[in-house]
Amino acid sequence: MLSDDRIKELREYVSSLEHPEEALVDLMHEAQSAYGYLSDEAAEAVADIAGVPVIKVEELATFYNLIFRRPVGRKVIFVCDSISCWVMGMENMFDYLKKKLGIDIGQTTADGAFTLLPICCLGACHVAPAMMVGEKLYGNLTPERIDEILEKERI
Amino acid sequence: MFQPLLTKNFHLGRPASLKEYEASGGYAGLRAALKMAPDEVIKAVIDSGLRGRGGAGFPTGKKWSLTDRKSPGPRYFLVNADEMEPGTFKDRFLMVRDPHQVIEGLLISGYATDAGKGYIFIRYEYCEAARALNVAIEEAKGAGFIGKDILGSGFSMEISVHRSAGRYECGEETALMNALEGRRANPRSKPPYPASKGFWMRPTTINNAETVANIPHIIKMGGNTWKSLAAYDGGAGTKLYGISGRVKNPGLFELPTGTPLKEIIETHGGGMQEGYSFKACLPGGASTPLITPNNLDVPMDFDAVSKVGSRMGTGCVTVFDDTCCIVRAMINNLLFFTRESCGWCTPCRDGLPFVHDILRRIEAGVAEMDELSVLEENCETIYPNSFCAFAPGAVDPVRSMLRLFRPEVEEHIKLKRCPINGTPSPPTPSPGGRGGL
Repeated sequence: MLSDDRIKELREYVSSLEHPEEALVDLMHEAQSAYGYLSDEAAEAVADIAGVPVIKVEELATFYNLIFRRPVGRKVIFVCDSISCWVMGMENMFDYLKKKLGIDIGQTTADGAFTLLPICCLGACHVAPAMMVGEKLYGNLTPERIDEILEKERI
Repeated sequence: MFQPLLTKNFHLGRPASLKEYEASGGYAGLRAALKMAPDEVIKAVIDSGLRGRGGAGFPTGKKWSLTDRKSPGPRYFLVNADEMEPGTFKDRFLMVRDPHQVIEGLLISGYATDAGKGYIFIRYEYCEAARALNVAIEEAKGAGFIGKDILGSGFSMEISVHRSAGRYECGEETALMNALEGRRANPRSKPPYPASKGFWMRPTTINNAETVANIPHIIKMGGNTWKSLAAYDGGAGTKLYGISGRVKNPGLFELPTGTPLKEIIETHGGGMQEGYSFKACLPGGASTPLITPNNLDVPMDFDAVSKVGSRMGTGCVTVFDDTCCIVRAMINNLLFFTRESCGWCTPCRDGLPFVHDILRRIEAGVAEMDELSVLEENCETIYPNSFCAFAPGAVDPVRSMLRLFRPEVEEHIKLKRCPINGTPSPPTPSPGGRGGL
């Protein structure tokens, strides 16, 4: 949930802009972290703050792969599945993560800790294979390192 | 002895502070530029021969000179830091190690093109880079480099960082403008060109982050001196080259533009790891055609790499070793492009999943020999008929595979399995969701 005070601040910020639409992506990010994902309620809050129809928010939200219209875990694991990570054995890391977490790509662990998703090149090719957990980037993945990372990142 | 320019503060291993950046000669370019006329700044950039570092290689000075500086403002300068070309990791380093360099470049670029507002468009995944930029912007504001009447020159500029939310298409310049305007990031028709009607239909100039980071050095050294740093006659200045794959020393290196590909791989990348041999490489990202061992002497610059049938692209090389099945490598590449297609035009939206499916059938050992001509025909149809440069970039490596690795592709079909990975792997679901053939 966004607090009333924060909504007030955001409204002031939006009204200071010449083109309020420029704030839509920022607002979606903020609402997403407040609500856990961009729920209908969150999308309505964004539309209301920006002064645009909800359909406009929906149109944008469904374009971006980092705006989630369905619930996700407390942290999302983004595994790079692009070419340099592929060369360095990304497919095995993906298989290991699936087995370890007991979920398939796009699913969330039963305890709600992690959602597993593929992502395009994270710009960490020199330390491939790489993944991002929440906002933290990890490279040189091995099964042992993945175990340590999951242990550390689990909340 | 070669002196690094772009990477001279990289040894810190963290973002250089304003103090550190200024101690290394930072903001001297801005001070010098503000004493020049905007046309003189543009002239220096034209003299430098700098070409766009995002991959297309359009001459930067020429782009700036096309910007409409007569129509009433506001005018905008956009920095494309949406680095999403697979295999590429140069802009992230620039922003996390020396964010002020990008900001100083943007300020000079804004001065030359009379833009009062600058945006740095950065992908959401680059959290550290966004933080570094925002810290640097606050520092630069405090020092009077950003804001009203910068250093008493009468020139004013505001800068903000836009954190995007994914999708490769956002890196296409007109799609990027739509994204910034809070629309779906589909490409726009040209004309009108951004130089006259771009962001919010105002005159807009857009350059890649590495392009912009070069500007302070060009102003400080003079265009001609900067140009002479290149390693061969056709080139200009220095370039960030990346190398990844099974080499001994993968990483990012600033080298004279036109350094031979072989030197990048063997000297700087340390050569192949023990037990692996070089098979082919993508010279500058997932959208650049393959280069095989017989062309490794090529100088890494736009024109030279084009002459051997590929493109320099971003200059970040992905090496394939002898354990890589080239068909499977292309399946991986097409998976990326199919998933990232913005869906605006049919050849890309529907054509790429089709190409992906044929490749999967070949790799799984269920394709017939005549499907190769279907594959070829589809690539040739998609290439010239798509709306933006995205789909040509998607099929270009596949076309190069058919040209350079025909026997390996045919062997999959003859053996009904992958000759490198042995057992066939079952076709995975198509990301386009359009089913098999």
